[in-house]
Amino acid sequence: MAIQPLLKSLQRRSLHHSLGERSPLPNSSHSEEVLPNCSHQMKERRDRFAWDNILNLVEGAFLFGTNMVNAGNMNGSGNLMDFLDEPFPDVGTYEDFHTIDWLREKSRDTDRHRKITNKSKESIWEFIKSLLDAWSGWVVMLLIGLLAGTLAGVIDLAVDWMTDLKEGVCLSAFWYSHEQCCWTSNEATFEDRDKCPQWQKWSELLVNKSEGASAYILNYFLYILWALLFAFLAVSLVRVFAPYACGSGIPEIKTILSGFIIRGYLGKWTLLIKTVTLVLVVSSGLSLGKEGPLVHVACCCGNFFSSLFSKYSKNEGKRREVLSAAAAAGVSVAFGAPIGGVLFSLEEVSYYFPLKTLWRSFFAALVAAFTLRSINPFGNSRLVLFYVEYHTPWYMAELFPFILLGVFGGLWGTLFIRCNIAWCRRRKTTRLGKYPVLEVIAVTAITAIIAYPNPYTRRSTSELISELFNDCGALESSQLCDYINDPNMTRPVDDIPDRPAGIGVYMAMWQLALALVFKIIITIFTFGMKIPSGLFIPSMAVGAIAGRIVGIGVEQLAYHHHDWIIFRNWCRPGADCVTPGLYAMVGAAACLGGVTRMTVSLVVIMFELTGGLEYIVPLMAAAVTSKWVADAFGKEGIYEAHIHLNGYPFLDVKDEFTHRTLATDVMRPRRGEAPLSVLTQDSMTVEDVETLIKETDYNGFPVVVSKDSERLIGFAQRRELILAIKNARQRQDGVVSNSVIYFTEEPPEVPANSPHPLKLRRILNLSPFTVTDHTPMETVVDIFRKLGLRQCLVTRSGRLLGIITKKDVLRHMAQMANQDPESIMFN
Amino acid sequence: MAAGRGSGGGSRAAWALLVLAALAASAAGEKNSEDVRCKCICPPYKDHAGDIFSKNISQKDCDCFHVVVPMPVPGPDVEAYCLRCECKYEERSSETIKITIIIYLSILGLLLLYMVYLTMVEPILKRRLFGHSQLIQSDEDIGDHQPFANAHDVLARSRSRANMLNKVEYAQQRWKLQVQEQRKSVFDRHVVLS
Repeated sequence: MAIQPLLKSLQRRSLHHSLGERSPLPNSSHSEEVLPNCSHQMKERRDRFAWDNILNLVEGAFLFGTNMVNAGNMNGSGNLMDFLDEPFPDVGTYEDFHTIDWLREKSRDTDRHRKITNKSKESIWEFIKSLLDAWSGWVVMLLIGLLAGTLAGVIDLAVDWMTDLKEGVCLSAFWYSHEQCCWTSNEATFEDRDKCPQWQKWSELLVNKSEGASAYILNYFLYILWALLFAFLAVSLVRVFAPYACGSGIPEIKTILSGFIIRGYLGKWTLLIKTVTLVLVVSSGLSLGKEGPLVHVACCCGNFFSSLFSKYSKNEGKRREVLSAAAAAGVSVAFGAPIGGVLFSLEEVSYYFPLKTLWRSFFAALVAAFTLRSINPFGNSRLVLFYVEYHTPWYMAELFPFILLGVFGGLWGTLFIRCNIAWCRRRKTTRLGKYPVLEVIAVTAITAIIAYPNPYTRRSTSELISELFNDCGALESSQLCDYINDPNMTRPVDDIPDRPAGIGVYMAMWQLALALVFKIIITIFTFGMKIPSGLFIPSMAVGAIAGRIVGIGVEQLAYHHHDWIIFRNWCRPGADCVTPGLYAMVGAAACLGGVTRMTVSLVVIMFELTGGLEYIVPLMAAAVTSKWVADAFGKEGIYEAHIHLNGYPFLDVKDEFTHRTLATDVMRPRRGEAPLSVLTQDSMTVEDVETLIKETDYNGFPVVVSKDSERLIGFAQRRELILAIKNARQRQDGVVSNSVIYFTEEPPEVPANSPHPLKLRRILNLSPFTVTDHTPMETVVDIFRKLGLRQCLVTRSGRLLGIITKKDVLRHMAQMANQDPESIMFN
Repeated sequence: MAAGRGSGGGSRAAWALLVLAALAASAAGEKNSEDVRCKCICPPYKDHAGDIFSKNISQKDCDCFHVVVPMPVPGPDVEAYCLRCECKYEERSSETIKITIIIYLSILGLLLLYMVYLTMVEPILKRRLFGHSQLIQSDEDIGDHQPFANAHDVLARSRSRANMLNKVEYAQQRWKLQVQEQRKSVFDRHVVLS
């Protein structure tokens, strides 16, 4: 086969590089860098040149800059052979940890579309191909919806089963959870509606006792053991197979959608490991949720399917449209809220969201929700465990406690963000970060030990939220609904008037208060560990607990003091005035809004959860209040805060730049620094260019007419120069180190017996963006944001003065906001 | 080149088909007759304790009179009793649950076996196969006790044989290198995903 000689040549090449490149850095032997041994020279030159457009860490620069091995394929399964065969000059791929060129991607897509449209007039077959091309977008959305819905269904079913595995096992069929096991049994009584003989706790199974101190201790011990086992398996799998599968994923997806490249982050192994370990960590009882990781899983599905079609696999800009829609599908299956999912993608995750993407995202979200519904993981055609079905009215006077809940949500959001970022920074910089497995095990152990005694924390967080959201009818037998019933009551089932609380309710309030404190503290340490972790569910749990406590308080106040002025108008004795379940919902919305700073998408998600518009006003009041209170303390939500912590080059569209600086203040080189490294139009040799590339680590070089008249011709990317020169040396005859490189149309005048000149006009970008030196920075930031630029040249009267890169812009903004400008790491 | 990309595309298509087949299999579970029920919960009434009744019945017959059999209260009280009862029609798919859990456990089991193989069995095998020559080239890996530590050595050795098995091994070594890079940036240098 033709593969064999190619394989041989590429193996020879890799051997050559791995033996020849014994640089002082580890893991550099797989590099494909043309110019060897530049690392230590780069270190010396770094002091002279003040720009550092790639990572500050030298190994990082060398490492990431040489990831051209996997250039062609974001999935990480690209071949070296692809790289070899990239035809000159079609070098349109990007390096890892770099930003894409949005304008070039857009123009390439327009070219492709025009070519297909022109060819479609030739024959029927070409016409059909053009139709298929137009429909490929919809096919991708359909596939994403199907796969995302299926994975969400699998995750829900597996979590249901494994959570119950910590407490017991079903003897008739081991794959049933507690509720499923007792589904067909007739032994359930009204008081003990969960008990059935087929499902036994571990103490019953092992020592045949179900009550008593020894049974309790044995159950406790086995609960902790199972939790530790699940957490250990999860963190080991993440560490061995897919380190990118840890964390929530939403900060990195936000950065990827704004144009950053992180190879392997949306790969197949990351998808598999994230799905499998998400089930394990949610079942282990840790205080985390699955919604954020589901967005990551859905985006991995989006990446996988878009790689099947060349329209999306070759164009990074189009691929990001698909990823935006996939993110919407992810939230849609997490909450059963398709519209909320689309709005979440629009508001939180996406960067450029054209209207075409809106319609396609909605389609993907609907398909995903429909697929999940047909799998029916919760047995009653509901998509989420905590769907609410009552419609009791609320009253204007209740807005006051709702706004109080909003204030609580905002304060909690601020507290959580500050503490979590401080803890994550400590994990990043001190020795704590060297023991990820031990950290996970320790946190799991602490969580399991403290959570088991309290019945509200022993069960899974989704079940807790579901119980808190539900209103107490006459049929509830839980402790939270232990009201003192009037024996003569004859009302129908769901219009129970307010009743005084029994002993069960007071005990439940104490336990809930302890659970609240515990959850607030433990979530700070859980979010950000090296396992998949989301924070929607823990935030909603904190809010729901607080809301329910406030709701029960208001209910009892209204019952015992129904003659006070505030209650007299709307609450008569014998009427159902206060619904504590509604307070729990409002509290959950407030806390979630306080942490993530979502606005519209939060309200829409909550109203899709409740199935009606009755509660929109309380939800909005709480969401707005919590956002205002939280914004008073800090502008960033949790995801933006994590982006800043990692130093990703994310230019937020929500930030406003209001300072009066000019482009000259930000551009490089500053006064006192070495002048710009430029290429000239037709007077540099191949050797000069190679030396320049070797000595500096800039991502691109401006091309000017000559060193005297610094009039700008265009801009050339470093990577493309390297590839072009390497290709030329191998393929073209007569190109040697003394050959002149020219960027013009016609070759320059050279003496008769000089070597063959090399034309590199194809890789030159003839329309780089330029601003004058007196352009206000406000405009420059706007240009960077709206066009997705990576660098912008500064000229004065047509002469090139300097360059502003995205990193310079981010550093300048950080400096203006009195943050540490050195924390911006990537370009 | 084209074959390489084609084989990559072919494997992706095979993945997609596998996924869709699993999807179809899971969604096409037959309705077990035990999987539908009508569940009626009746609260305590006068001196009768609360009770739960459940019967395998169709949705249009799901109400108190069909399900609560035998009726615990005498004739005139039946209506008042039934007014308090709440009857719900529920269905589930036991086949889906069984298939899903078994598929999940098998995937988890396979991953765990592969992990044990990679972290413990493979280094022992390689040490036995390559012997002492390994020690000379492992200067860079001193202190590197992570899995896949000798991936690039194996990559260097696999130069001559170009058959299918070698291609697979080559792909595996490349994958291991990528994972090692990811692990270094996430766990060691804390550059990404802190």
